[in-house]
Amino acid sequence: MSAIILLTAVSLAQLIFALAMVIASVRMLRGPRAQDRIIALDTLYINAMLLLVTFGIGTGRTAYFEAALVIGMLGFVATVAMAKFLMRGEVIE
Amino acid sequence: MLPFPILTFCLMIMWMLLNGFTLGHLILGSLVGFVAGWALASLRPEKPRLKKWYLLPKLAAIVIVDIVRSNFSVARLIVMGKKRPNSSGFILLPVQTENPFALAVLAVILTSTPGSAWLEYDSRNKTVLLHVLDFIDRDEWVAMIKNRYEVLLLEIFE
Amino acid sequence: MMQPISDFPLWAAIAVAVFLLLGAILTLIGTIGFLRLPSFYERLHAPTLGTSWGVGGTMVASMIFFTVGTERYVIHEILIGVFVTVTTPITFMLLARAALHRDRAEGDQQVPHKMDLGGTRDAD
Repeated sequence: MSAIILLTAVSLAQLIFALAMVIASVRMLRGPRAQDRIIALDTLYINAMLLLVTFGIGTGRTAYFEAALVIGMLGFVATVAMAKFLMRGEVIE
Repeated sequence: MLPFPILTFCLMIMWMLLNGFTLGHLILGSLVGFVAGWALASLRPEKPRLKKWYLLPKLAAIVIVDIVRSNFSVARLIVMGKKRPNSSGFILLPVQTENPFALAVLAVILTSTPGSAWLEYDSRNKTVLLHVLDFIDRDEWVAMIKNRYEVLLLEIFE
Repeated sequence: MMQPISDFPLWAAIAVAVFLLLGAILTLIGTIGFLRLPSFYERLHAPTLGTSWGVGGTMVASMIFFTVGTERYVIHEILIGVFVTVTTPITFMLLARAALHRDRAEGDQQVPHKMDLGGTRDAD
């Protein structure tokens, strides 16, 4: 019984996160401006991170957690660099 | 000896969360924390002074409740979609405090609560430009932020 | 190590499922709002659903799952939660300021002007 509940919930959550990633990519392709695309990319990072944590629950392995942490950190740095670029036109000054 | 005790402690806890709660990792984690504290001290940042640190859990509880509540109200706004009138708007919020740590905490609170976003702080006029999704009454928003967060922040940091 | 998921107690399975689905659905609603809301400053609010309850719900589900499954306390997921909570406001604030700067530079009338015209720019 609990196996059915867990498997259903994990597969459903994975589907939902994948759908959210598709929607975020639509906004990223559509724009209309650079700041919309950057926020879409940030949302994509967060959703990918959550999807990895869900994979970890599905397989019972803790290794996915570290991958999720790395994605979160790299996503943060990338978004900050791009926001800085939008404001000043250069990343390092 | 310990220039930044809170930072050292947090790094030690983080090290043990990632590697396991054993005596060896306690020693290694404390070592990492000490080195990081000294390294930060050589940069000479301004030190935060917590006057009434015991009010922090109260602030955290208020913020968590507010985040849960506004999550559901923003979700309702999005699901209702086009049937609602367009009610978002900009708010100019006057702030009393000039303490950078209080301002940083207020910015984190307001941005991580769905429905309000911190756009920009003007240090000369001591105002903050906010954007809110559910804009009903400007004074109500300002009073809510002042009574719920700013009073507590002023007590904690000043 | 990990016990098979068929041996999970029912309450743990239900708690994991509820937190996981709640987080996932709120993330999805946030992303849908991000697609549907008309202006940039309104769209800025929608992804915070994913970064607050989306992350929180998934973290709590993972914590319950691994704590029950390995029969010892597994709470390192809280690091992701703290990290996301601290970093999201930074990225959103920077992006909002960049957007304000760009809109003002283009003379957009929808955006409030800077209060002190002719003053010095604020320190970064």
